[in-house]
Amino acid sequence: METVWWASEDLWRKVAIWITAFMTVVLIVLTYDSLHAITAGGESGRVKAYSVINNRVYYKFDKERNLPVPVIGDSAPLFGKTLTEDEAYALVTKGKITTHAKNCMGCHTFLGNGAYYAPDLTKSWLDPAWGSEGVREELMVTFLKDPETNARGFGSDRKMPNLNITDEEAHAIVAYLKWLSTIDTNGFPRNFTPISQEGDR
Amino acid sequence: MSIGTLSFSHLTTGQQLAIKYYSVAVILFAAQVLFGLLAGLQYLRPDFLYEVLDFSVNRMVHVNAMVVWMLYGFMGAIFWLVEEEAGVELVGAKLANLGFWVLTAAVTVVVLVYLFVQIGPGTMESLWFINEGREYIEAPRWADIGIVICLLIFFYNISATFMKGKWSGISGVLVLDLVAVAGLYLAGMFYITNTSVEQYWWWWVIHMWVEATWEVLVGCIMAWGLIKTLGASRKIVTTWLYIEVALMLGSGILGLGHHYFWIGTPEYWFTVGGFFSALEPVPLVAMVVHAVYDSGVHRFKNSNHPALAWFIAHAFGNFFGAGVFGFMHTLPQINLYTHGSQWSSSHGHLAFFGAYATINIAMFYMGIQKWRGDVYMSANIAHSWRWKWALSLLCLGMTGMTIALLISGYEQSFIERALGGATWAAYFEAQQTAWYVQGMVWRQIWGYVFASGLVLLIWDLLTIGKGDTRPMLLPEPAEH
Ligand code: HEC
Ligand code: HEM
Ligand code: HEM
Ligand SMILES: [Fe+2]
Repeated sequence: METVWWASEDLWRKVAIWITAFMTVVLIVLTYDSLHAITAGGESGRVKAYSVINNRVYYKFDKERNLPVPVIGDSAPLFGKTLTEDEAYALVTKGKITTHAKNCMGCHTFLGNGAYYAPDLTKSWLDPAWGSEGVREELMVTFLKDPETNARGFGSDRKMPNLNITDEEAHAIVAYLKWLSTIDTNGFPRNFTPISQEGDR
Repeated sequence: MSIGTLSFSHLTTGQQLAIKYYSVAVILFAAQVLFGLLAGLQYLRPDFLYEVLDFSVNRMVHVNAMVVWMLYGFMGAIFWLVEEEAGVELVGAKLANLGFWVLTAAVTVVVLVYLFVQIGPGTMESLWFINEGREYIEAPRWADIGIVICLLIFFYNISATFMKGKWSGISGVLVLDLVAVAGLYLAGMFYITNTSVEQYWWWWVIHMWVEATWEVLVGCIMAWGLIKTLGASRKIVTTWLYIEVALMLGSGILGLGHHYFWIGTPEYWFTVGGFFSALEPVPLVAMVVHAVYDSGVHRFKNSNHPALAWFIAHAFGNFFGAGVFGFMHTLPQINLYTHGSQWSSSHGHLAFFGAYATINIAMFYMGIQKWRGDVYMSANIAHSWRWKWALSLLCLGMTGMTIALLISGYEQSFIERALGGATWAAYFEAQQTAWYVQGMVWRQIWGYVFASGLVLLIWDLLTIGKGDTRPMLLPEPAEH
């Protein structure tokens, strides 16, 4: 039996090759653009330089984009120490590596990706449960070093286990979480209500 | 050797290797389910194994065992069909055997370290030797390198065999696809501090595997399977394969954008990701049409009933798990609320089971049939209730789990996200609502149903065709 032209093997082989090649090229172009847009400290402002941990972080509703966007405020050095960009990078890196080594992603999500057994950490730095701005940093360090004794759970029995996080690692993790909270996530998680901070309006 | 008894003499060199790969795959499948049950139980009883085998450890073993058993199954399937498809003996059989043992030794060490060392101090050494802490690709860096070497050996075996023998449409697609599968893994092999960039590349591995390259791979296996079990016409099957590749990669490559809504990447991904991922179900519908049509044309007369049943389960499972449940949360307006909730888990379970567990199981049945000397496996086989019940319990268990998770996910998006403002307190408020908790309870119950189906499946795989001396029913060649 003769096959009609639109059912021919040859035609569809060519179609498959061309479509795949075309989509791959588009993806590569978009990847160049996106990687440029999410460089830490890049001009788009979507991902902040690591030294942002020297400043206060707010969220403000942007009417035009119709979502809350991060706004960097005045100086508020983490643990009272102003760091250079290099020092800040080193500290955040230490924190990030620790989150890998302890597999935090096995229970938590970061930017919404990971596991669902524990709260999303994208904006944990701004979580109102830390009480007030003044005690937040130290509370976070204390919690990370001993989450069992400092458990909250809000009525649930679920507790974070002790992961043998050292004092140095805990400080570095807090730096990482502070930096993470400044990423412009297009409004995710929606409706997030941050902790009240000095200079809030 | 006679029909009905297990003997390696019934098999070609590549097929003997395939049996080894299948065996490890089944063991890891059982491990996956065991650790899934432990993790699921911890949702209900948080004290269970607390600080012994924490949730994160159980979950890591659960999802890693899954990824590895499916890769083992695929490698086995390709070793299974390569010689027939190429018309020559496997090239580099000794090396292939070595590759199997090295890979298996590496996997064993990785799992033992996951279970007994679990975590390390916050240094790069921990990422090199304990775990990399990135969901699905937690394997430490040394193992990544080992895996790539073993994949290269595998690639050599397969491509050299085709080169020595003959090429076909199926093998051409297959070999190109293997290059992409291995190449994409490299995107997951480095450490980056910038989380946005890190997750950008992480999704290149995860999404591009399951929604592009693995789909093409199972398309090849399916094409071969339909020719084998039903006697479908090669020409038509090959044309279908090209159409599916065009549709799958045409939508799946840019569909990647549905993971770039919230990780810091620019807003144009809303449009690109939303649009192209919404098209991803189209090839999955095509696959259902294809499988059902072919089976109908051949009046379901086929050489291997359980295998064909699982091939068809694959077509439907892929459609519902990936196509329907994926589509549900793929538009940014919805994903804003469902992103990273039990909703994702619901889809993840049905999609991985429906698309990839099923077709692997079909190939296991193809394997056991020939291992028993092309024994009869069509209508009226002894103890056929076993494979039918295994199929039913597994599909029912997974469907139940998926719906339970969806209910929890719905409640979570509503209470935690839409109303609660996604804080620590709002998270726990959602976790304790009655609907959410019920969902978790039912997930566990259906999980046990699933596990019982798996026990039955393994029993059936070990015994089906035993002592039956009737030869395999040859499929009738296609009339069209
Ligand atoms: C075994 C699961 C598990 C692992 C692993 C884990 N956590 Fe947690 N984490 C939890 C649970 C459960 C809670 C809630 C604890 C509570 O309310 O008392 C929590 C709470 C938190 C909180 C406070 C929640 C918030 O919204 O601010 C932070 C911060 C945190 N974890 C950070 C980490 C970091 C960093 C790591 C990795 C070094 C990590 N966790 C690893 C389970 C885990
Ligand atoms: C067989 C194919 C597929 C498999 C195995 C699969 C599996 C998964 C898994 C496991 C996740 C969770 C990832 C994580 O851990 O964060 C996920 C997420 C997702 N999948 Fe799929 N998927 C498939 C196909 C599809 C298709 C066809 C669509 C769309 C039509 C889709 C849409 C999505 C979306 C939008 C997410 C993100 C969920 C979130 O925001 O948390 N998937 N997929
Ligand atoms: C049989 C009983 C099973 C149980 C009780 C179970 C339980 C679990 C649990 C508790 C998680 C962690 C989810 C979270 O972070 O909240 C999980 C994740 C996952 N499981 Fe299972 N599981 C089972 C079987 C399976 C099977 C058969 C598959 C696939 C073939 C599978 C694929 C997955 C995937 C892909 C994830 C990651 C989901 C995501 O990140 O969105 N599971 N499972
Ligand atoms: Fe995806």
